[in-house]
Amino acid sequence: MSAPVTPAAQPAIVVEDLHKRFGDLEVLKGVSLTAREREVVALIGSSGSGKSTLLRCINLLEVPDSGRVWIEGEELRLTTDRSGRARPADRRQVDRIRRRCGMVFQSFNLWTHRSVLENVIEAPVHVLGQPRDEAVARAERLLAKVGLDQKKDAYPAQLSGGQQQRAAIARMLAMEPQVMLFDEPTSALDPELVGEVLRVMRDLADEGATMLIVTHEMAFAREVSDKVVFLHQGRIEEEGPPEQVFGNPSSERCRQFLAREGRL
Amino acid sequence: MLDLLQFGDSGWGDEILRGAGMTLVVAVLAYGIGLVLGSLSAAATLAGGLLLRGAAAVYTTVVRGVPALLVIWLLFFGGGSAATWAAGLFGFSGRVDLSPFVIGVLAVGLVSGAYAAEVIRGAVQAVPAGQLEAARALGMQRGLILRRILVPLALRYALPGLSNVWQMTLKDTSLIMVTGLAELMRVSFVASGSTRQPFLFYIAAAVIFMLLTTGSELLFHRAERRAARGVRRAGA
Ligand SMILES: Nc1ncnc2c1ncn2[C@@H]1O[C@H](COP(=O)(O)OP(=O)(O)O)[C@@H](O)[C@H]1O
Ligand SMILES: [Mg+2]
Repeated sequence: MSAPVTPAAQPAIVVEDLHKRFGDLEVLKGVSLTAREREVVALIGSSGSGKSTLLRCINLLEVPDSGRVWIEGEELRLTTDRSGRARPADRRQVDRIRRRCGMVFQSFNLWTHRSVLENVIEAPVHVLGQPRDEAVARAERLLAKVGLDQKKDAYPAQLSGGQQQRAAIARMLAMEPQVMLFDEPTSALDPELVGEVLRVMRDLADEGATMLIVTHEMAFAREVSDKVVFLHQGRIEEEGPPEQVFGNPSSERCRQFLAREGRL
Repeated sequence: MLDLLQFGDSGWGDEILRGAGMTLVVAVLAYGIGLVLGSLSAAATLAGGLLLRGAAAVYTTVVRGVPALLVIWLLFFGGGSAATWAAGLFGFSGRVDLSPFVIGVLAVGLVSGAYAAEVIRGAVQAVPAGQLEAARALGMQRGLILRRILVPLALRYALPGLSNVWQMTLKDTSLIMVTGLAELMRVSFVASGSTRQPFLFYIAAAVIFMLLTTGSELLFHRAERRAARGVRRAGA
């Protein structure tokens, strides 16, 4: 269980009536979602249901067609260009929001031409303007925290998948994000490496991080999250505390999905 | 017979050396222009609107589709008029003449850029999208991503091709002898004509070209190894 969420906790992420289509394919059909500060929200659903797209709309790696998004109370400002397509109204706001909104990818995406340490200090030094030696000291502490202090000079290609993902988490933490988005962080890992990454994430949850996690690790979701959201074909079909969603889901589709995932 | 290659008044050694220097200067400048034109053209192709994409396509297709010698002739006979017209747009009157040196550098640079464009475009497209997405997700601005992530990663894929373009550019400089510029090829041509020892001077020119190409190949190999840092498990 993550740190208790006090009733007064502010919403950290608010998504309201989000729509997104790729050509003829409507991927998000009006999704609304709230994650409060220090809350861990698990996002589950079958492949293709729009989980990644939802996450990517929150930090504007994809621009939603309509709907509203607030991060820590600041609303993303969108506008439409001449051809009627949605786009961010203010590039600087986008960069600012992304600094406050860390993301961990399924495929790690560590920069292959940089050592682990260089990966971690890149954004603090060049985006936040931290002095290099300070950034290095902080990076070393973070790498120790994810168990990679011995690997700081290694290149990503020299690491296992689990080590790469932990390094990617350290890279995200170095920006001190207020909210963290995880897109299937263990799906690309060999089964024996999943645990080491989940352990790091569980520590973050215990420390009170605000996390929105797309995952197929149902046991982990049940144990760590405060809220579970089931997405089906671009709509939220079921939402509630883990005991309810896993124990007694009201949606038949959610029931079927959980049965397929082997949890009912 | 080898005394013809001596330095000083009696031999052609100093002329040849100066010619080789001229060849190298023209090649380096042309290559630099080629890299700039190639980068702009690749950027236009990958991220430009319809007009820019079209302009880049016309440039690379036309310049790669005609012999380099023809590009040099066109600039030789048309370059002065074009420069005069362009200067007129900025309010200068009077005729602008381009020296054989400028014509040579521009012509070989144009050709170099058309080939570099293809190499650079392919290299940029070979960079995995996730590498750039990770940078955007951390709030890095476009210029920063270009400088710190995209260019170093693309260089990895581009260097072998750019090395080829350099070899070609270096050798294409020999074509500008037709403008009368005293580069290596022109000097060899003149020397062999006036001494009636063509083999001696052309073999000397061949040796110098070989030294330049193999020497630069070594440099490119070192650059490639540097750019490939972190690619292989053992190599880093
Ligand atoms: N950039 C894109 N262009 C076109 N279609 C996309 C794009 N991204 C995702 N999709 C499509 O949107 C649907 C939802 O994708 P995604 O959000 O990745 O689902 P999930 O993460 O739940 O598996 C899929 O059908 C996918 O093919
Ligand atoms: Mg996904």
